[in-house]
Amino acid sequence: MEKNRYKDLVKKHTPKENRLYNGMIAFLVGGVMGVIGQLLVQFYAYYLDIPTKEAGTFMIITLIFIGCLLTAFGFFDKWVNFAKCGLIVPITGFAHSMMSAALEYRKEGFVTGIGANMLKLAGTVIIFGVVSAYVFGLLRLLLFGGAL
Amino acid sequence: MTFRYKNVYINGTGTVTGPYEKKGPLSPYFDKTYNDLYFGKPTWEQAESKLIEDSVDIVLAKVGKTRFDVDLHISGDLLNQIASSDYAASNIGIPFFGVYSACATSVEGLILGANMIEAKQVKNCICSVSSHNNGAEKQFRYPVEYGGPKPKTATFTTTGGASAYLSYDKKGIRVESATVGTVIDMGIKDVYHMGAVMAPAAASTICQHLNDTKREIDYYDLVLTGDLGVYGKQILKDYMKSEYHINLKNYNDTACMIFDLEKEKDVHAGGSGPACAPLVTYGYIFDLMRKKELKRVLLVATGALHSTTMVNQKLSIPAIAHAISLEVVE
Repeated sequence: MEKNRYKDLVKKHTPKENRLYNGMIAFLVGGVMGVIGQLLVQFYAYYLDIPTKEAGTFMIITLIFIGCLLTAFGFFDKWVNFAKCGLIVPITGFAHSMMSAALEYRKEGFVTGIGANMLKLAGTVIIFGVVSAYVFGLLRLLLFGGAL
Repeated sequence: MTFRYKNVYINGTGTVTGPYEKKGPLSPYFDKTYNDLYFGKPTWEQAESKLIEDSVDIVLAKVGKTRFDVDLHISGDLLNQIASSDYAASNIGIPFFGVYSACATSVEGLILGANMIEAKQVKNCICSVSSHNNGAEKQFRYPVEYGGPKPKTATFTTTGGASAYLSYDKKGIRVESATVGTVIDMGIKDVYHMGAVMAPAAASTICQHLNDTKREIDYYDLVLTGDLGVYGKQILKDYMKSEYHINLKNYNDTACMIFDLEKEKDVHAGGSGPACAPLVTYGYIFDLMRKKELKRVLLVATGALHSTTMVNQKLSIPAIAHAISLEVVE
């Protein structure tokens, strides 16, 4: 059988993923995450009297801490499996990826284990985050003279 | 390439599993089960090694032998450098061959052992395999705690160790013949659809076996592939029909047997890993054979020769399948 014909045969027996359902769940969970983030910003701004701009940073730190803690307790992976991009795309997904890698390699030493592997998943995000920030920053400067 | 054997028997087997398999429908057929994934060891890799040691201890106790009575130990697993087998073998201390064919390792070991017994080079041997869910996830996919959403076609690596004791004593299950498969690559690159990767290899080996032995598929009471999964099983049936005009009737797949697919949604398309096929065969199928409910079984272990490096280099995944014909001793 030719490879292309075989691919058709495989396609016939491969179940479709329920994209609409997954998308809806991710949308709702991601939205709830946004609401939690906003509530945290409000909380820090109104009750602790922190300027709103800095309150955003505090909110991110809080979410990262909670994400890491839940990963370490061992049930964040089950939530990720359910909510998928609803929890992967927000900052919690970034924290979760670093924490899970650190947990995985902790028995292989601080340098050769945790140090070398902690950014296994998050490393790509950082690299391309920095690269795209540079590219878009440059575009902003060249096209709009740094305004916008 | 098909070998015929006159005097090779599987005298005893030892099976050890982790907690997921314990919850499965075949739990009563396993010799030993654990409730956690560490088995008293600090890491998953070391835990997997213990599975092999445990299964060897169990099989030796069953056949009433000691480590010093065994001529050869053949073992393999999924980890890099087949580390679990190597470290287990260093504790067991029997002359050792390490083998690798991914999930087809179990039958590869049995074929090599059976050939040497038939040629009277060794009087007995133990063939073991192991796999560990978390060990495999760590090596091939994401960190375990990361989880990572998977499609429905993904399979769940079984945690277990299985050993078989082979000799020319006429007891237990007879190894009647075996066919060595060729590596087949049908251009599938999806690492979450191993059933599609392996099905053509299984089909090719089954067909080759039937041609070499001049048998019809109905000769076997059961053809058992391990481990294509729910969707791979359908692909194999369809592929066998359209490519070789063989209708698989008395057929099952070990991936669909080891877990309760209705209750355990996390296993997706079923079990996988080198331990899956032998756990089901040595535990459940051999029990049916001893009760004479099955007389002739063709076990086709299928392995996806998946290398994360090669997949990242955009190459497709090759696969292999080895077949072994098992019979009840009359």
